[in-house]
Amino acid sequence: MKAMLSAFAATAIIAVVAWYGLHEAGFSAGEQNAGESVRLGDE
Amino acid sequence: MYRLFLICLLSLTMLAAPGVQAQDASQGATEGATESPQADRSATGGAQTLEDIMARQRGEEVPDRARAGEDPDSAGAMVGQLGALGGSSDSDVWSALRYGTADVTVSSGGAPARVLIQDNGMWWLNFRQGPLIKYGGWLLLGTIALLALFFLIRGRIRIDGEKTGRTVTRFKFIERFAHWLMAGSFILLGLTGLVVLMGRKFIIPTFGHEAFATAAVASKWIHNNVSWAFMVGLVLAFVFWVAHNIPNKTDLKWIAVGGGIFKKGVHPPAKKFNAGQKMIFWSVIILGASISASGLSLLFPFELPMFAKTFGILNDMGVPQLLGFGALPEQLAPHEEMQYAQLWHAIVSFVLMAIIIAHIYIGSVGMEGAYDAMGSGQVEEQWAREHHSLWLDEVKQREGEPKPANTATTPAE
Ligand code: HEM
Repeated sequence: MKAMLSAFAATAIIAVVAWYGLHEAGFSAGEQNAGESVRLGDE
Repeated sequence: MYRLFLICLLSLTMLAAPGVQAQDASQGATEGATESPQADRSATGGAQTLEDIMARQRGEEVPDRARAGEDPDSAGAMVGQLGALGGSSDSDVWSALRYGTADVTVSSGGAPARVLIQDNGMWWLNFRQGPLIKYGGWLLLGTIALLALFFLIRGRIRIDGEKTGRTVTRFKFIERFAHWLMAGSFILLGLTGLVVLMGRKFIIPTFGHEAFATAAVASKWIHNNVSWAFMVGLVLAFVFWVAHNIPNKTDLKWIAVGGGIFKKGVHPPAKKFNAGQKMIFWSVIILGASISASGLSLLFPFELPMFAKTFGILNDMGVPQLLGFGALPEQLAPHEEMQYAQLWHAIVSFVLMAIIIAHIYIGSVGMEGAYDAMGSGQVEEQWAREHHSLWLDEVKQREGEPKPANTATTPAE
């Protein structure tokens, strides 16, 4: 039971880290399709 | 007043038009639809007609490249609205865009953005919304129905012998951690994947667009980010268990009696994992790795194309030809790569989900004493004797041996 709960906690942590990491790396769909000459929103 | 009348008349005809068409079509169908009139393309100077386009959308074969490569000077004269505009017509431009031969320049987005019309997309869209959902869904429901039937006939597989009250350690903490990392994430991925695939068909009609929008955003977030936990769990499980999952002769005996699961009191010998579990293990590893690969290809759009190359290798080996297909396409537009990745990802996932449903059944309600192996890690000795006799012997032998003391001992003689 403890192994199961630790694994579920680890799943949550890995997911959040992955989400944060991918955004930092610029792999969001928005950033992938933006270029010098393209403005997305007001950023 | 006159104009108003005209507008009314026009909108009336437009409203009526689909009805008229449908009537025509049904009439044609009842009359046998044998007469297929030679298509008259004079109105377009030989180019596609509306009827051609509609036929192509119905998936019929249409000679839509009749004018491709034609000498511009011999192009049809400009006749009527859809007529060719001399040597290089609008339709030539569209045709070049459609077949990917146009020289398109874009300021961002790279190769994928240069594809303005992706012809194969309709096939993919229809397949994804149609057969994929249908057969995938029935596969899962069918698996559940079979298991329910099995449960009704065979009932729970009980521990036949007298329970000893003693337990043996079956899986260490780290092994159970790896199992649940993989299992928890797989179940989340399965459920959210089904929401993303089937939501339009089943959630929107019942719960509405608003509800599906929320469910889809949440599912996408979970699906994209939890995938890493699955991959980590997969690698850990592989490392911990691969040595116990190499097939051997004992497996043949196990298979010969169907693992004893169909008959009370039949208990073929097995080591740590029996043949059935080895099949589960290798399915999880191989299909799981394949799902991970196609999933990464989807997670990083257009960065990891895999299909054109794979198709090339398969063609060289003659696999599709052997199966009676023509050669597979070796040139794929970036979007086609993504579409094949999506289909492969979903199909392999459906197969693994069906296998895992059976695994969950036998690991929980289906067999007395099994769950403890992954719950506490401690199993009843009698359970171990019945299902993994050779492994239990090994454990007993190991326990019977005097533990090596803290001193640096030499390896066994
Ligand atoms: C609620 C869901 C699940 C339950 C109750 C469950 C239960 C179990 C149990 C009890 C075992 C140990 C069997 C033994 O002692 O010999 C096991 C092993 C295993 N599980 Fe699960 N499991 C679940 C989900 C999953 C999922 C989703 C996967 C993979 C995607 C998975 C993959 C495996 C593998 C590869 C093994 C080792 C081979 C085998 O015993 O078949 N399990 N599971």
